[in-house]
Amino acid sequence: MTLQTYLYFPGCRIQRFLPQYGTSTRTVMAALGIALDTTELNCCGYPVRHENFHAGMVAGARNLAIAAAKGLPLMTPCKCCYGSLKHTDFWMRRDGRLRRHVNTLLAAEGLYWTEDIVIHHLLTVLDEVVGADRVKSRIVHPLNQLPVAAHYGCHALRPGNVTRFDNPLSPTIFERWVALTGAKAVDWSLRLECCGHPLWRKNNRISLSLMNTKLADARQAGARLVTTACTYCQLQFDTVQADHPPQRGPAVPAVLYTQLLGTAMGLPDEVLGLKKNRIEWRPERL
Amino acid sequence: MLMTYTPYVALLFCVAGIFWRVWRWCSTMIGPEAIDSSPWHRLGVMVRAVGAAVFSRKLWAICRTLIVDVLAQWPIARQSKVRWLMHVGLFYGVLLLVLLHALDDLILADWMTDYASTLNPYMALRNVLGFLMAVALVAAWAGRRRNPVRKRFTSASDRWLLAVLAVILISGIILEASQIISAPVFDEMVADYWGSEEAQEIQPLKAFWSRRFAVVFEAPVDGSAESLAAGEELHIAYCADCHSAPRSAFMAYPLARAARPVAPLLNRMRVDLALWYLHFIAACLALALLPFGKFFHLVSVPVSLMVRAGGDAIDTLPENRSTRRAMGVDACTHCGLCSQHCSVAPIMTAIENSSILPSEKMGMVHRMARQKLSPADLRRLSQGSEICTNCGRCTDVCPSGIDLHDLWLASEADLHASGYRPPHGWIRTRSMAQWADQIKEDHAAGAEVEERLPGPKFTENPDTFWACVQCTTCTTVCPVVAASDNPKADLDMTPQQVMNLMRLELKEAAMGCRMVWDCVTCYKCQEHCPQGVPVADVLYELRNEACRRLNPDTDQGTHTRAKRGSGNPQENGTERFHDD
Repeated sequence: MTLQTYLYFPGCRIQRFLPQYGTSTRTVMAALGIALDTTELNCCGYPVRHENFHAGMVAGARNLAIAAAKGLPLMTPCKCCYGSLKHTDFWMRRDGRLRRHVNTLLAAEGLYWTEDIVIHHLLTVLDEVVGADRVKSRIVHPLNQLPVAAHYGCHALRPGNVTRFDNPLSPTIFERWVALTGAKAVDWSLRLECCGHPLWRKNNRISLSLMNTKLADARQAGARLVTTACTYCQLQFDTVQADHPPQRGPAVPAVLYTQLLGTAMGLPDEVLGLKKNRIEWRPERL
Repeated sequence: MLMTYTPYVALLFCVAGIFWRVWRWCSTMIGPEAIDSSPWHRLGVMVRAVGAAVFSRKLWAICRTLIVDVLAQWPIARQSKVRWLMHVGLFYGVLLLVLLHALDDLILADWMTDYASTLNPYMALRNVLGFLMAVALVAAWAGRRRNPVRKRFTSASDRWLLAVLAVILISGIILEASQIISAPVFDEMVADYWGSEEAQEIQPLKAFWSRRFAVVFEAPVDGSAESLAAGEELHIAYCADCHSAPRSAFMAYPLARAARPVAPLLNRMRVDLALWYLHFIAACLALALLPFGKFFHLVSVPVSLMVRAGGDAIDTLPENRSTRRAMGVDACTHCGLCSQHCSVAPIMTAIENSSILPSEKMGMVHRMARQKLSPADLRRLSQGSEICTNCGRCTDVCPSGIDLHDLWLASEADLHASGYRPPHGWIRTRSMAQWADQIKEDHAAGAEVEERLPGPKFTENPDTFWACVQCTTCTTVCPVVAASDNPKADLDMTPQQVMNLMRLELKEAAMGCRMVWDCVTCYKCQEHCPQGVPVADVLYELRNEACRRLNPDTDQGTHTRAKRGSGNPQENGTERFHDD
């Protein structure tokens, strides 16, 4: 039974750099009754926002206008895409002159931004649409109190008045959903801090420093792995960490939340793609 | 004489041109690998690697590519059936016309003992192929006009290819029509194949050919039944072995009929000869031009596809990396599919830079490799290169099978090595104070300052900062400040100090500040500010404004081969080659 259909917004990176996030998201969502419609979308506008506000706006609004034309709410597994699309939506709602300007540009393609487009992140779809009860009945291999550090990811969380993801100062959504898999969400002080990826290739020293500080904190809190629900955070904790292993202490495996949930739901590893993660983590019971 | 040697001269040009292009594959440098290898060495490595692949199990993959990708052109069909029909029509139309018509003396005349170009089925077939080619040409032209992206970026090379083919096609059809109506050609044929000088004897044949073969004679012919019957007898005796009725030339015949009123004039002017020269020279020109411009994709696409089918054993050798990329650039037909599917193409509406589009960036990368770009062009290419999100869709859709993704990574590395970096890189070439000085100079010189487009414009509104009480909360929660042992040295200023500059309306001083560019955009400052100052949004806006107003000024940059590879790869996080 299909609960709801979403326009799936994978973002630019998943296909080439993190295919396991795409396959695991699609499989887990399908198993939970969420249908994902696909069409060719463009960049969310996040990378170009540093350089040009309007470029980010046009890019973001075009995606939203396509969702509007299809009459579907939009779901992305990437928190940077989510934040960027929410940012676009926020300013399009708020600034009439900007809205007219962007809509004039979109009109060349017959597209039009409207304010009734619903933007979801993977976690908010799980929390608000699927619901904990529905998932509980699907857990066949509970993760046996595995200590997991849930990493929030900045761009979904803040600024809270724009993203409306969860309470930006003390969110609970990720820990609750980690607990549903049977794992134990550890309490760690840096859980809301940045992974460092936005500065990767811009200032690697700071980027690595942020990552290592954060991973050290997760380790200290007893976490065996850190779980992410964002393309960029995962690329940082998995790919970048694998290429630049921490000087002190062992590497902390990073596992995508869909991989974690999929494992607990007993979904096959071919679609979850745990083997594709650079830093290995094997669930004990499998 | 001229006509005898022109094709050979054209062929010579063609072969020499192909060698020249192959040499360029081996002498063009794109990417950081094996930058010290000579072209001869690279040619040797490539030939050996390809040879090894041909004499291995890879031969099957190569043959499969030849059949599926080259002959059946499956990669085009996968993207668009209409485009496939167009391309296959053009490709096989031209190819068969070359084999069966242009080279008929070499091929058909040897195989078929009774071959004559004016006999069926050859005459009808020629018209069928011409028709196919005409439809495909119109479709190709219409396809370019219909899509806004492709229409806007249609290049001279795209037009030339279609124009030359159209000239050959149209001149060929009109030529055939002009020969049908030509009395002088009739007279020549009679002189050559019959030899009768008696005008009276020829009259019945003229009558027959005037009626059935649409030849237009100036003097009136005797159209009586006896005359036609006598003419038919002569026709069967002397002409029928080589001439089918021209009706089956269904493209040329209606044209010949339509030209009847002016036929005597055309015949007197020997328009048929003029058209023959035009058709012949245009065809020779096409042959000579094959290695130049877009025509060359006839060679480069199959070669590139088949070398790729040869597998990683060829591709992974460092000496072959540049060669493969140069082949890839040459295999681009500028079809524009990549740009139609490009994830960042919509950004073009806000940032006017054609280098954002893969189909246009391709040409820029090639010119950069040939060291033919001005610093201004290189800056544009650098911007296009940095806006690309490496989503890989261009590579997935490319019908020529070019690994564009690899090309972008390689060219980005080249740009970085030559001193052309994204804003986060070039901003570091000067200090905060130096940038502030430049802004002052630009301002004195009357540079445009204001952002005219609508938007939040926090930094232009003093109300944004009036509530800031310099409580340092933003600085306290900033992870970047926390990551530094010496924020003054590493970051110039803390977020709260940047906000203080803004309160004092010293925006220009803040734009080059390290803190602005090392902001990790986590928005903690903004979320925690007790006064509601949008700190992170202000930093974003300062970066935007710096990109708009500051000039990277890489003119003293080092875009020379000698300097390449000398950069410190880890410096400031701008590795030369990185796949994230």
